[in-house]
Amino acid sequence: MSGPNTDYDPVEVTPLQAEQVEAARDAALAAIAAAADLEELKAVRLEHAGDRSPLALANREIGALPPQARKEAGQRVGQARGAVNKALAARTEVLEAEHEERMLVEETVDVTLPTDKVPAGGRHPLTTGAELIADIFLAMGWEIAEGPLVEAEWLNFDALNLGPDHPARTMQDTFWTEPAENHVVLRTQTSPVQARTMLTRKPPIYIACPGRVFRTDEYDATHSPMFHQVEGLVVDEGISMAHLKGTLDHFAASMFGEGIDTRFRPSYFPFTEPSAEVDLRCFVCRGVEADSCRTCKGEGWIEWGGCGVVNPRVLTACGVDPETYTGFAFGMGIDRSLMFRHGITDLRSFFEGDVRFTPAFGTEL
Amino acid sequence: MKAPVSWIREYVDLPAEVTTEALTDKLTLLGLKLEAIESPGAAITGPLVVGRVLTQDKEPQKNGKTINWCTVDVGDANGTGEPQGIVCGAHNFGPGDLVCVVLPGGVLPGGFAISARKTYGHVSAGMICSAAELGLAEDAFGGAGGIIVLPADTEAAPGTDVRPLLGLDEEIIEFEVNPDRAYGLSLRGIARDAALGFGAVYRDPCDRLLPAADDAGHPVLVEDEAGCPLFVARTVSGFDASATTPEWMASRLVAAGMRPISLAVDVTNYVMLETGRPIHGYDADKVAGALHVRRAAAGEKLTTLDGTARALSTEDLVIADDSGPIGLAGVMGGEATEMSGSTTRVLVESAHWEPVSMFRTGKRHKISSEAGKRNERGADPASCEAAADRVVELLVELGGATAEPGVTVVGTVATPATITIDADLPQRVAGLPIDTATAVAALEGVGCAVTVETELATTGAPVNRLSVIPPRWRPDVTDPFDLVEEVLRVVGYDHVPSVLPREAAGRGLTRSQKLRRRAGRTLAGAGLAEVVCFPFVGSASFDKLGLEADDPRRETVRLANPLSSEEPELTTTLLPNLLTTAARNVARGAAGAAIFEATTVAFPSTGGPAPIYPTDTRPTPEQLETLFAALPAQPLHLGVVLAGERERTGWWGEGRDADWADAIAVARRLATELGVALEVVAAVHQPWHPGRCASLRVAGRTIGHAGELHPRVVKAFDLPARAAALELDLDALMAAAPERAVPPTLSTYPVAKEDVALVVGEDVPAAQVEAALVEGAGDLLESVRLFDVYRSEQLGADRKSLAFALRFRAADRTLTDEDVKGARDAAVALAGARTGAEQRA
Repeated sequence: MSGPNTDYDPVEVTPLQAEQVEAARDAALAAIAAAADLEELKAVRLEHAGDRSPLALANREIGALPPQARKEAGQRVGQARGAVNKALAARTEVLEAEHEERMLVEETVDVTLPTDKVPAGGRHPLTTGAELIADIFLAMGWEIAEGPLVEAEWLNFDALNLGPDHPARTMQDTFWTEPAENHVVLRTQTSPVQARTMLTRKPPIYIACPGRVFRTDEYDATHSPMFHQVEGLVVDEGISMAHLKGTLDHFAASMFGEGIDTRFRPSYFPFTEPSAEVDLRCFVCRGVEADSCRTCKGEGWIEWGGCGVVNPRVLTACGVDPETYTGFAFGMGIDRSLMFRHGITDLRSFFEGDVRFTPAFGTEL
Repeated sequence: MKAPVSWIREYVDLPAEVTTEALTDKLTLLGLKLEAIESPGAAITGPLVVGRVLTQDKEPQKNGKTINWCTVDVGDANGTGEPQGIVCGAHNFGPGDLVCVVLPGGVLPGGFAISARKTYGHVSAGMICSAAELGLAEDAFGGAGGIIVLPADTEAAPGTDVRPLLGLDEEIIEFEVNPDRAYGLSLRGIARDAALGFGAVYRDPCDRLLPAADDAGHPVLVEDEAGCPLFVARTVSGFDASATTPEWMASRLVAAGMRPISLAVDVTNYVMLETGRPIHGYDADKVAGALHVRRAAAGEKLTTLDGTARALSTEDLVIADDSGPIGLAGVMGGEATEMSGSTTRVLVESAHWEPVSMFRTGKRHKISSEAGKRNERGADPASCEAAADRVVELLVELGGATAEPGVTVVGTVATPATITIDADLPQRVAGLPIDTATAVAALEGVGCAVTVETELATTGAPVNRLSVIPPRWRPDVTDPFDLVEEVLRVVGYDHVPSVLPREAAGRGLTRSQKLRRRAGRTLAGAGLAEVVCFPFVGSASFDKLGLEADDPRRETVRLANPLSSEEPELTTTLLPNLLTTAARNVARGAAGAAIFEATTVAFPSTGGPAPIYPTDTRPTPEQLETLFAALPAQPLHLGVVLAGERERTGWWGEGRDADWADAIAVARRLATELGVALEVVAAVHQPWHPGRCASLRVAGRTIGHAGELHPRVVKAFDLPARAAALELDLDALMAAAPERAVPPTLSTYPVAKEDVALVVGEDVPAAQVEAALVEGAGDLLESVRLFDVYRSEQLGADRKSLAFALRFRAADRTLTDEDVKGARDAAVALAGARTGAEQRA
């Protein structure tokens, strides 16, 4: 290696000789090709393309050449350096790719390891069920009305055409608060919400009332002192039983699937006249080969709830003019609807608060 | 109500091809809902035939018993026509008798399969049956516990099926009868609907030639005409008290769910089932003087047929004779005048009673009788005379009695009020085309008298109006809409079309409803499972929570009729039942329970009683206010319990149990989700650990508490150590949620970060230091966050170092070092002044 060219010397400098340059280039290319990893390539880069590399030094000598020789030597060295840099870049790319590939392999983890650090929570099916139902009615432009669980006797019974001596009062086993003369009960139905709505706003009224209700039933697999109902009420001009049927068919199809409709049977409720029991077409067998169906027990239909045209006496008690308006109302059990929707056999599952139960309903919207 | 099909068919000419299923389908569509179809012979399969005993050899056995080795003619039923050899242990029959024989291959109730088997030295090929073995009442067919011996005049050849002779082929329909369908509690009424449904000929059992009323009958004085609009009395004498109830009557009573007692009683019950009219029979010789119908006098007592001595209310209607009350009118007769085995004169009472009085008396004395059930729903007043006459007829026919000449009838049968409707009302209410002719035919079909009048409306169009007199057996039909239901059930509910009502312009969910959904999702997202508990508690629940005697949460709404005397109160706090639920989960093997419940609790009202207003008009706004004020305050609460494992142990490291911080974290996360600024302040409040309880405040008002439970509470509920809980007023939290979000202005100038470590006394809350830093730093402070709490010997035992990360940024410029230093120093200075904080070197 020579030092800086301090004295002008017209004699051709050795490092710039073609053989020398080509040898340096070939040595560099060989070293680059031989570099096994990025570490080695880094050393090769320093040795063959660094400031102290033969080609770099040769490059520095060019200025010392006579002008006529500079061009040729410059081209020669430039091409050699270009070839080396290109090889370096190419080798770098290859080695980086190899490195990345190796790293990715090395960093492999077992993705099947559990990740459930905090156990999953979930909302209760009675909550999501009530919301599912509410959303069906909201989509029709209805509103969701609510009321208190501890309710005035007048609103729970009298306003709904259930006078103190009405035989139907014995159909409902009511929890009374002390003293009974205060006429305050745990609501036995969500119907007082209907009465409250009619008393506090003017028709047209389109409401659904989901909520908790109480009866003095002993607690077992099919009875509970507390359960849940959803009732609907429409009060408008020209409302008929046909609108009730249309609404319930839509409700049934929305909750249990396309093609599931309802059927009416005459029944009796003090707050409606005419009154009907509503049966739901069995959503499992759809009435086809019902005999072997466990859901409807061979009936093809499932008892779903009660409904009817609002008794004009109820409208009167709640300040709605029965000459102008008619209405319909319906009610069904949410717990019961969910039991057959999900195949739940014991009502108590809803009220035991077992943390294994609720999260299973996480997929419910 | 249970009704044998053959009995229904007695009054209606149903075509033979109408199956029981078709009949019940039709009746269900008419409003008499099928509950079940029973058949007494359903449990018997295989050959059960008439047999004539040919020989009967008595063979004493070593065990002292004597058995009968019989040969029985069973015709061709055994396939050979040869007599059948059968061993029988009973002795109440002999050669020549007609008996019931089950042949090998038959199965009796209880799955008792019959086969030919060797016994007592013979091959016994079948069995001669007793009533009990066939699932019949022991004494049915005069068996008295032994073999059934068919009456000698039975016209059935040996080998023929014996089921029809025993009523075993009968089908019994059980109906669910709604309170408005009193007529459904009689064969008369059921048959009438069956006739209506099939367009068949109907014979009314009450349609009979009646003797004229006179003054010669037993004297009756009705002193309360409103309570007893009609009273019919008849008397028979010479009744043979030893006469027994004929088999056909007894089996019908049993089929209808009643117990045969004696001929006289059975006749009254039979006629009640037939006509729907409850009848009472007195031993006429025990009745002293005229019958008085009146309200009981104060202090009067009566021992009823069930042997119960009852103190009567002055509202109870009674029948009295010279001795005082002898019957609770329409509900239950008295013991003193009860018919017995020696009764030869029977006084028959067939009266119509005011239903409300019946209902109240039944409820007051807790009597649910067959008579009361019919009287409180309202039986047909026009059936009184006919039913009494029918009873007399049967007592004469079956009991050898003689009808005494007198016929007492006090009162009259009122004609039901006329209801007038537009002929198109059924069509409008049903939403189904029903023309006038159809409506009229339907109403007449159910027994109404209908007159059509055509008027001209103001438009000049003719309008048909119907004047309708409902039948007397339908006391429930009083209103125009009742007529609509009658028309519709005849036309068919299944014809109502399905039409969606117009779309309403709804306002969607209310704010509160949306916020509740949001809160529920947030809590579930935080790993909490929602539970639903009953609201019932007792004082023991509050004791377990360690509440002081004067804790306002002990002021509860009490139930007058709780299911459990242990839990007669409505809860004021969600915690007791949530803690019980958490403990149940742990007891069932869960490593932990993170649960929540959001529902209302009740605090007693300070208002007066909730009034009962009339219902013929809307209550005034003031009246409504009084009503609402009488109800308990019922705020929506959120309760959370975190007990046991909160984070699991795993490959990532050790898990951990829930503690105070988890409960407060839930409150904070919820507040953040709802956009509410929640202040957390140390507090002492049961049932929480006094050093690990926070009061949760919104705008200075406490809305709840969170933290670790008191160790004694943890123990009382059997929970894992350090269990934590939260309870807050969710209504109050939601009320503080902002109507609309206010986003920050986003500055793109660089942030300047400064950390400060402040040494304070152990009792200084970090939140207080942070609040001082925020206030002191001023507007340039973008955020502050406590990132470390450090204690050391060097600091001193009662000192701690709080390390805060401060971020500064201006909206309009890059901050200079002086800006940042100034703000930081001001922050530290205020913290120092407020809390004694010293910056740590």
